[in-house]
Amino acid sequence: MEPSARYLYYPGCSLKGTGIAYEESLLTTFRLLEMPVKELPDWNCCGATTYMSVSETSATLLAARNLALARQTGSKDLIAPCNACYLTLRKSQRLVADYPQIAQETERFLEQAGLPRLDSVRVRHPLEVLYNDVGIQRLRELTVRRLQGVRMASYYGCQAVRPYGEVDDPHEPTRMDEILRAVGVEVVGYNLKTKCCGGPLTGTIHDVGVRLNYILLKEAMRLGAQAMVTICPLCQFNLDAYQAEIRKQTGEPIDMPILYLTQVVGWALGGDYRELGLHRAISGRKLLEQWFTVRKEAETYV
Amino acid sequence: MERQIRYQREADLEWAHQFTKHPGCERLLSCIQCGTCSGTCPLSIYMDLTPRQVIALVREGFREDVLRSQTIWLCASCYACSVECPQKVSITDIMYRLKREAIRSNLYPKRFPIPVLAREFCDMVRQRGRNSEFWVVFRMAMRSNPKILLSMARTGWELWRKGRLSLRRERIQRINELQYIPATSKEVD
Ligand code: SF4
Ligand code: SF4
Repeated sequence: MEPSARYLYYPGCSLKGTGIAYEESLLTTFRLLEMPVKELPDWNCCGATTYMSVSETSATLLAARNLALARQTGSKDLIAPCNACYLTLRKSQRLVADYPQIAQETERFLEQAGLPRLDSVRVRHPLEVLYNDVGIQRLRELTVRRLQGVRMASYYGCQAVRPYGEVDDPHEPTRMDEILRAVGVEVVGYNLKTKCCGGPLTGTIHDVGVRLNYILLKEAMRLGAQAMVTICPLCQFNLDAYQAEIRKQTGEPIDMPILYLTQVVGWALGGDYRELGLHRAISGRKLLEQWFTVRKEAETYV
Repeated sequence: MERQIRYQREADLEWAHQFTKHPGCERLLSCIQCGTCSGTCPLSIYMDLTPRQVIALVREGFREDVLRSQTIWLCASCYACSVECPQKVSITDIMYRLKREAIRSNLYPKRFPIPVLAREFCDMVRQRGRNSEFWVVFRMAMRSNPKILLSMARTGWELWRKGRLSLRRERIQRINELQYIPATSKEVD
């Protein structure tokens, strides 16, 4: 057996589809940090918020299978970059710990499926891994290039900082700001950091979903942010994909790049445009090219 | 605004009592009706009942009123209310429980896309182990309101051009392990 990587990686369905740039930039960033991550073999969908709306037991079992698979590999740290996956996996751990009946059902399922019993797998979020395991100091040291005079708003979305997580303070999260500053980005004091983007609502009750994203974008603009930084594929998608529609509806000249934190950090560490998936953005493409394509003379090496 | 009068005899107190026994719903009766949840909820202005009203109706036993409401489906499970509630009522879990019961009792608004999406999503995950974003959305639209596909076409095209729309139908290898996950049963769980 190959030696187990310290970090296992649970992509979840979005990072293989609309959020593929998150996967690309995450893997690039961790490679540049010399912290190799390995994809969890044969992972299944976490169930997201949707399965929980149909059956709590089944939702927990789905999540449990992933945790059992993680345990099989011998790694203790399972990185779940999508906020919904992160919350779901952690919530299932909490349900198993707090409710004997759910624990029993889970044990029975794992036994039938021939999987190991649950053990202390730590579900981690990339933001918190960057903050805790790499650290602000090291990120500052490893930064090889800085964006000059670009202001960004850090946006967490909802589920990462809510009851089951340990990503950041649920009321006033600051770690993303610290990380961004460490790699040379100016941040604005964005106070809608944890206001929900509506998640799947843009696909179901479209008008309401788009409205929520309009509010988020407009407030970022008002504060003078030129881009927003996200840590969830659904937030990124919602904020990125409907700007043309918002422009048409409101007449507001919004065309703002919506980045992943791992794209900004990865670029500062020396990653290039395509390997960070920066070419996959829908909105704010001109600015992205202007900021991130390599123009040697405009870069400040530090 | 139209006001509805509710009488005590329409209430099902036994249901309300049972409700508090489910995971996450234990603190229902501790609610002090302060309204913090409604104030925090990013969606409350679009809801027919505010989260605070939902809590009030649930604990008084007005089962059908809450199960038929659009509120439970608008709830995006963002947990803002649960984090802010001074009484540590897990409103999000209560909403989840109501969604599950509404689906089981067939009380949700017909052709309303969210419960339809929920079913499509779960079927796909149980059969294949993964969900393929495109196919879930497509099937949901076909079952609720195919017209929305037209409005989605533009976004879909943009995503396709950027390599963000996968048409592959994902599937895990050891799919047999999922057969031990119970199919959604009659009982609400
Ligand atoms: S915030 Fe909590 S205590 Fe206040 S109304 Fe909502 S559920 Fe009740
Ligand atoms: S979890 Fe639901 S009810 Fe609570 S604030 Fe979020 S959307 Fe509103």
